[in-house]
Amino acid sequence: MLLTLINGMTLAALLFIIAVGFNLSFSLLRVANLAHGAFYLFGGYIGLSMLNHLGSWWLALVIGGLCTAFLAFITEFFLLRKVRGDNLRETLVTLSVAIIVADLMIVVWGGNPKSIPYPEVLNGFVQLFNVTIPKYSVFILATSILIGLLIWLLLNKTKMGMVIRAGVDHFEMVSVLGTNIQRVFTGMFVLAGFLAGLAGVIGGSYLMMSPGEDWRILTYALLIIILGGMGSFGGSVVAAFIIGLIYSFGSVHVPEFQLFLMFTPVALVLIFRPKGLFGRGLA
Amino acid sequence: MNNEHLKYASKTYPHSEETHPALMIKNVSKAFGGVKAINNVTLTVEEGRSRVLIGPNGAGKSTLFHLITGEIPVDVGELYLFGDNVTKAPVQRRSELGLARTYQISNLFNELTVEENLYLALQGKERGADHFLSFLKPWFKHKKKLERVREVAQSVALENKLDTLVSNLSHGEQRQLELGIAIAPNPRLILFDEPMAGLSPTERVFMKKLISRLSVEKTILVIEHDMEFALSLTNDVTVLHQGSVIAEGTPDDIKQNEHVRKIYKLENV
Repeated sequence: MLLTLINGMTLAALLFIIAVGFNLSFSLLRVANLAHGAFYLFGGYIGLSMLNHLGSWWLALVIGGLCTAFLAFITEFFLLRKVRGDNLRETLVTLSVAIIVADLMIVVWGGNPKSIPYPEVLNGFVQLFNVTIPKYSVFILATSILIGLLIWLLLNKTKMGMVIRAGVDHFEMVSVLGTNIQRVFTGMFVLAGFLAGLAGVIGGSYLMMSPGEDWRILTYALLIIILGGMGSFGGSVVAAFIIGLIYSFGSVHVPEFQLFLMFTPVALVLIFRPKGLFGRGLA
Repeated sequence: MNNEHLKYASKTYPHSEETHPALMIKNVSKAFGGVKAINNVTLTVEEGRSRVLIGPNGAGKSTLFHLITGEIPVDVGELYLFGDNVTKAPVQRRSELGLARTYQISNLFNELTVEENLYLALQGKERGADHFLSFLKPWFKHKKKLERVREVAQSVALENKLDTLVSNLSHGEQRQLELGIAIAPNPRLILFDEPMAGLSPTERVFMKKLISRLSVEKTILVIEHDMEFALSLTNDVTVLHQGSVIAEGTPDDIKQNEHVRKIYKLENV
């Protein structure tokens, strides 16, 4: 029971890292980046290659995040910017990027499942309140709390955060007031990509990396956005934990209903509260 | 206007030696599908003067404002702001030249406080504001800008609501804040889109005073259905009907114009 809870919270923490940037860029740019799952897996594979070449998991983590941020930059700057404002074309562009990146990943890293070995320091267990917890789970939880705190500070204490929060309401109005919203779009998309890449390396040591994992992760991220609400930081936290815990408890106790249990609250939210538990809907 | 305002304005907006009209619209047209919303409109607002834009609902007045700010691109024709051709310039560039506007329907940031809304209005005008590192600075540490925010809040009677979320303001207060956002960066030309819409009689009196004061200090273009107020602001009136300018002149000229009298069925003018 306790182990299931810890596993659920660990997965939730990982999903939070993936979903929080995705949610903010989604609500700001008004485009569902269907390549976000591919960004996650790309970060993981880059991390694996970097670990093999450099031997440092920590360097692999940073480089995985940075390379994915660069991929996100190319996607936004050279592709999405050209079709800004046309939601269908924007979504199709991200879908195309997702498919192309997924295929290229099979070419480079093959189709067999892979995982990134833990760094030595995160191997083993810690004893916390008479409970034995894998060190790596503690690391994922601590990292997600740190990232959450940094994003909260960014959103609430900096000019960029103010512009992002305002842009979620009316990005056209932010532009009318003289702020170059295009740069904020790019910055947010790159940040979301960085977090996806970071999560890819962290997740690559916790889950398996294989073709198809990108779509699974994308689906979970979308569930979190729908459940938590677009543009809501708190919503991403709560929804990540709901999805993570349902996944964990569902797979242990009623594995045949696992997906049903995950999608049911999302369907109910879509029917009774379409803007999500904490969302404010689109302006 | 105090010296700090002037300092801010001279730093922010480029001035040229020649005198140009604040706004010059030349043969501008805009169609949505098969419908011509704006049809070959030509209009000039001289710097330091005010102009009122009137016309029945659906005449294209708000669309013309969207074209001036660049929120909607022009199909045909040219737009000049203070002598600069801005026909294809992005919204941000027009704002940099000193253009500000209010909206018919409130376009405020509901999840931000009054203080943050006013701060954002100033943020866009700051040199280097788009620099990445500048974006990461804590906004509440900019004492000068916060002073200006308080000054503007005071001028629109919202100094006691600085920490209030916009969604918790009354409709009248939201209108006042919109006005505050428009004047915060000390613009040279302000477009007012039905500033009296939905206001209570008391709020209308307050808003009339504010706009009348601004009409002396700034160049303004106003869309307003309150004819008495609109025509008291200025001698320059333009009437728009079905996307075209049908009359232009003083309030008396407009009242005598047969076409206008027909559209307004006499009693409204």
